[in-house]
Amino acid sequence: MSFMGDLMNPAPLWHNGPSPGAFYSFPGNATSLRPTGHTVQDFRAHSATPITTTTTVIGLRFDKGCVLAADTLGSYGSLARFRDCNRLQKVNDLTLLGAGGDYADYQYLRDIIEQKIIDEQCIGDGLQLKPKSLHCWLTRVLYNKRSKMDPLWNNYVVAGVQDGEPFLGSVDKLGTAYEDATIATGLGAYMATPLLRDATEKGPLDEESAKALVRKCMEVLFYRDARSFPRYQLGVVTSAGVTVEEPVELKHDWSLAHMIHMK
Amino acid sequence: MLSLNENFPEYAVPGAKQVRFEPYADNGGSVVAIAGDDYAVIGADTRLSTGFSIYTREQKKLFKLSDLTVLGATGCWCDTLTLTRLLQARMRMYEHEHNKAMSTPAVAQMLSTMLYYKRFFPYYISNVLAGLDAEGKGCVYSYDPIGHCERSNYRAGGSAGAQLQPLLDNQIGLKNMQNVQEAPLPREKALALLKDVFISAAERDIYTGDCIYILIITASGIQEEKFQLRKD
Amino acid sequence: MSSIGTGYDLSASQFSPDGRVFQVEYAAKAVENSGTVIGLRGKDGVVFAVEKLVTSKLYEPGANKRIFHVDEHIGMAVAGLISDARQIVETARSEASNYRSQYGIPAPLKYLNERVSMYMHAYTLYSAVRPYGCSVIMGTWSEHDGPQMYMLEPSGVSFSYFGCAVGKAKQAAKTEIEKLKLADMTVKQLVKEAARIIYIVHDELKDKQFELELSWVSKDTKGRHQVVPREVAAEAENLAKQALADIEDSDDGEM
Repeated sequence: MSFMGDLMNPAPLWHNGPSPGAFYSFPGNATSLRPTGHTVQDFRAHSATPITTTTTVIGLRFDKGCVLAADTLGSYGSLARFRDCNRLQKVNDLTLLGAGGDYADYQYLRDIIEQKIIDEQCIGDGLQLKPKSLHCWLTRVLYNKRSKMDPLWNNYVVAGVQDGEPFLGSVDKLGTAYEDATIATGLGAYMATPLLRDATEKGPLDEESAKALVRKCMEVLFYRDARSFPRYQLGVVTSAGVTVEEPVELKHDWSLAHMIHMK
Repeated sequence: MLSLNENFPEYAVPGAKQVRFEPYADNGGSVVAIAGDDYAVIGADTRLSTGFSIYTREQKKLFKLSDLTVLGATGCWCDTLTLTRLLQARMRMYEHEHNKAMSTPAVAQMLSTMLYYKRFFPYYISNVLAGLDAEGKGCVYSYDPIGHCERSNYRAGGSAGAQLQPLLDNQIGLKNMQNVQEAPLPREKALALLKDVFISAAERDIYTGDCIYILIITASGIQEEKFQLRKD
Repeated sequence: MSSIGTGYDLSASQFSPDGRVFQVEYAAKAVENSGTVIGLRGKDGVVFAVEKLVTSKLYEPGANKRIFHVDEHIGMAVAGLISDARQIVETARSEASNYRSQYGIPAPLKYLNERVSMYMHAYTLYSAVRPYGCSVIMGTWSEHDGPQMYMLEPSGVSFSYFGCAVGKAKQAAKTEIEKLKLADMTVKQLVKEAARIIYIVHDELKDKQFELELSWVSKDTKGRHQVVPREVAAEAENLAKQALADIEDSDDGEM
């Protein structure tokens, strides 16, 4: 905690900035001093763009728990390359995690979370990682990576039961974290959010209606999201536990296509 | 916001703009605080947004730091979460070391140095700190992203700050008005003004709306009030 | 048969004239002073039973466990100096975690056994450190390899066993274990036998109170190492107490 300091060694007024008398290069500039096109961004250490990406994750809180849905496509730019990317993960009996964005970054964090759970089981005192704790931990990890300008290019949705109450939260690659009754990442934020918010205006739904609504949203997204896929997974978490279903095929109906006139 | 090409044209380098990871986001929101002789009120809306989307309509932006001090923080939400967490940790350390809670002016100074510590990668937050000072008088401190701190009697910050501040100057500050009687602002009037001011903000600022939480800080503690705004 | 190695027993880096490293042997003595631990490998899994001696009535029941989880699928029962043993457990957990991180699958017991044995052996080479004063028994069950069990000693030597015992009453326990046909028994039967053996070998006069710790890993637990469920453990303990009472009765009868 060098920002605290004491009487004999006072804390510096700022950090990561210029030292008096030294040259200081402002970060993030393509400097004219370099002969070739190498930028200040060190390509070895920093994430510039996501490579294999996954799209929307939908989350909906219902009266006794939460439901998450995500399709199983890993897109390589515009190529629908990997069609079996599962991105709903049962963390423990109380928590379900969904992720969108760069798939490699998700796999990296997924293994770390799995090891966290194993370490917890080894202690064997019956205490389990709660959804809010996972949400908080993810926020810290993602924020610190972002502060090093090397983000984990993901948007996570944490669903679970926190002290008897359903919990649904989101964390994005900057470490922006929030909770809400309905969450949709990626393109779902524009297309699924209105459907979800409309249905929950009067109050929370029951499990069956919630699942039906989420399936409907997946269908809508398949019609209009260019990086989506008709195979998707549904995950449900209640106080009874977590179930992540096997991927199912979407039923999609293109019969209204003839109504769309193309001039 | 603090982007290289718009705010600091001298530093711009000719050439194609590179696709870079942007570590900041503007998540919107407004904060208004008013200080009186023996109270302070602070209100903030609950809309968290990004671009033209709303993340959630129920995000509280007021952080109770102690029984006498409340911070309202808007702007980049990831920075806000981190700064408030750090602040609370530092306040706890102070309490352990000094065996008493930090006073509002002390928090004000500490917040200023904490913000300046990140002078070269700032917290992009609009901070307004409200509370009772050591004498029990209401105080409002407002900050810029790198820690410039100013004490005043009223302040509007956040996305609608520029629209609301002039209104407060007129109604509370009675600035440049003829034939007005200066009188201490009673608490009920301050609260009514706060609500009116937010209603106006919600009219014209897309990032402000949904609902506001108001915290009223007096010597007997902190009371909370909730008030609905337009949702569009 | 305790020989005193005067002068050659001060550090682990010294051999005695007759080729023994006394520090390692003394470490084994530390193990012999602890409560008995037995491991039984059956047809479909492995069972551990520990005679955890309780030296004070003030201790909370269930404190100072001597059976640990290493990763999800491996159990470790320890005898000897418990603090030394906890270090071994941490090392094993770390090795298992690294394996999983590198290869994406749970660590095989054979691999873990080699790594932990080598680690324990390293502490028998230098005068700056002392050997670990604990023996550990590790066991698992997997679909691929079936049940496996290894016992590691302070010298770093380890063997794979069908049945093994360490601690105070290891001789008596070994005698009892040899009577069993382990290869044909399921873990459900082995749990009862393990409890019975611990009760039999427990010395009522020297050590008053003890807690029985039972754990298993088997096909039924799907390869997860877990503490034996309370009902099963209670049943096994009752049968063990019954068996003990029968023996005492029959002893009395003979007198």
